[in-house]
Amino acid sequence: MTLNRRAFIGTGAAALAALQAPALWAAGHGKPKVVVIGGGAGGATAARYLAKDSKGGIDVTLVEPSRHYYTCFFSNLYIGGFRDISSIGHSYGKLASDYGINVVHDWAVGVDRDARTVTLAGGAVLAYDKLILSPGIDFVEGAVPGWDTSAHNKMPHAYKAGSQTELLKAQIEAMPQGGRFAMVAPPNPYRCPPGPYERISMVGHLLKQINPTAKILLVDPKAKFSKQALFEEGWNKHYPGMIERVGPDFGGDKVEVRPDSMEVVIDGTVEKVDVCNVIPAQKAGRICEMAGITEGNWAPVNGHTMASRVDENIHVLGDATNQGDMPKSGFSANSQAKVAAMAVRGALTGSKVFPAKFSNTCWSLIDTDDGIKVGAAYEATDEKIAKTSGFISETGESTDLRKRTYEESLGWYSGITADMFG
Amino acid sequence: MKSALTYMYRGVFAPLIAAAFVATAAMAEEIGDAEQGEKVFRKCASCHQLGQGAEHRVGPHLNGIFGRKAGTAEGYTRYSPGLLRAGEDGLIWSLDNLSAYLENPKSLVSGTRMNFRGLKDADERANVLAYMRQFSDNPANIPEAQPTALPHEITLPPEILAIVGDPEYGEYLASECQTCHRSDGSDQGIPSITGWPTEDFVLAMHAYKQKLRTNPVMQNYAGRLTDEEIAALAAYFAGL
Repeated sequence: MTLNRRAFIGTGAAALAALQAPALWAAGHGKPKVVVIGGGAGGATAARYLAKDSKGGIDVTLVEPSRHYYTCFFSNLYIGGFRDISSIGHSYGKLASDYGINVVHDWAVGVDRDARTVTLAGGAVLAYDKLILSPGIDFVEGAVPGWDTSAHNKMPHAYKAGSQTELLKAQIEAMPQGGRFAMVAPPNPYRCPPGPYERISMVGHLLKQINPTAKILLVDPKAKFSKQALFEEGWNKHYPGMIERVGPDFGGDKVEVRPDSMEVVIDGTVEKVDVCNVIPAQKAGRICEMAGITEGNWAPVNGHTMASRVDENIHVLGDATNQGDMPKSGFSANSQAKVAAMAVRGALTGSKVFPAKFSNTCWSLIDTDDGIKVGAAYEATDEKIAKTSGFISETGESTDLRKRTYEESLGWYSGITADMFG
Repeated sequence: MKSALTYMYRGVFAPLIAAAFVATAAMAEEIGDAEQGEKVFRKCASCHQLGQGAEHRVGPHLNGIFGRKAGTAEGYTRYSPGLLRAGEDGLIWSLDNLSAYLENPKSLVSGTRMNFRGLKDADERANVLAYMRQFSDNPANIPEAQPTALPHEITLPPEILAIVGDPEYGEYLASECQTCHRSDGSDQGIPSITGWPTEDFVLAMHAYKQKLRTNPVMQNYAGRLTDEEIAALAAYFAGL
């Protein structure tokens, strides 16, 4: 039975022929079951599109530990004072009530790929025909010597939004006048390439209001970073003399932290700081490793369907994947979710499958009404998801255009969160 | 010019029009320079028609707008709940409130789908209103005007306009648009694109594709869409 089903999910023309007889499927199996793990930009979107487009034909379960989900995108704007924390919080009520998705607030702690089941921390075991993993990131242990998750109250990462973001903001607000904020930026690849630098901008904006003599120390293992020319132009314009960046040429890649004494050690030189935001190197959310579908730190996928290259019954989305050219962003995860939902629905119900298309745009805010963006379009090749064209804001743009770009980002936030949560 | 206008907006002249509504062409000229206003109106013409034979497109036609209750142009179906509410609350279009609406649409009518940045320059507003005014003076005899035809930002061969899109394909392609453009048709910083006439949709997308419209995000997306895909999207969004 299992063998039959595998063959028939995996093969194009034969699968379509077999699916002409849905009664057989129903008699043998009941409704096809999809379990989605992770309720962020990838998982919530995939669950919603599967439920919406199959019109009740697929039994969708969404597993997400948090009842209130805070988006990582726009969490920097909360730090800068441009958004309330509540405005970036979302619940899963509509996905349950309007789309009939079974939303389970629990941790997934195991995947049995042979039995096709997911085990939850609470003990429940969920059977699936297709599993979608969209767990986001976890941190690489030992990436920044001296830091581990037990230190995240003293030196927050704030790279999963919510209480960590609130903690970081509170610490910045409590800095002594003329104090020093430090960030240890992550090596590539990591979630949201412009994110650390937008955060530096937003910390600059906040300090300019409440602590104008404070300084910002950015310790960066990378020689170059996303939208660098645009950020550096903006920092010179809005926060002159406030921000110091130490790149790898001055030891930015040889950094150690001492949370108990609030020290950052850069290539042997001890710097005393008041707040330290450590964003360590990253890897796929732990469940991918538990499922045995990672190679190195990430889960490789086939760009045509977002199916794992290790197990065709598992699709992986967003930050956790190794897919090719797309950045790890909420926009990318949302875009990938639609391709995966289409492929999964096609395999389970015989619906039409169109060629995969992907896109991404990342907006960042440098200061009030000074928004910038970078984006690209992508398509799937047999090797990877490949960039086909792109664009980026330019230095020296008019203040009017920058304001429009910021307003566009507000529209995008409203759009993508409606696309995720209904 | 400027000082006279300021004076008018302080409320001596404008309420008179709203109240009595007996304006003439001469009065329109006192509002501003209608000839200059015709040029300003080009910014409006990608969505609104005006003049003899004007039809509803993305936005309603604007003949007879002065003195009309907001949200009540007959036969127009894309009004936002915000604009309908404003009408129900008694908003009747006058020189004053049209000027305020053109200055910043979303601050006068929150939730409006009119995706227009606004005219910050009071002279430009006065001129375009003077131009529009001529099409409200005498409903029985709307003058001819340039924008009665389609907006001419782009000319497409008839065979492209004749493509009938596949809404099922459009639905899949549209999922990419809906990361930013809300499927409920509301506009919170990114334009509403639901319920557009298919021809306007196709023209707009080709204008991005040919880089005549400037937004780089849209140029990038439209740039890789085939003519059939644009038609499919137009068909899908027209039905939302």
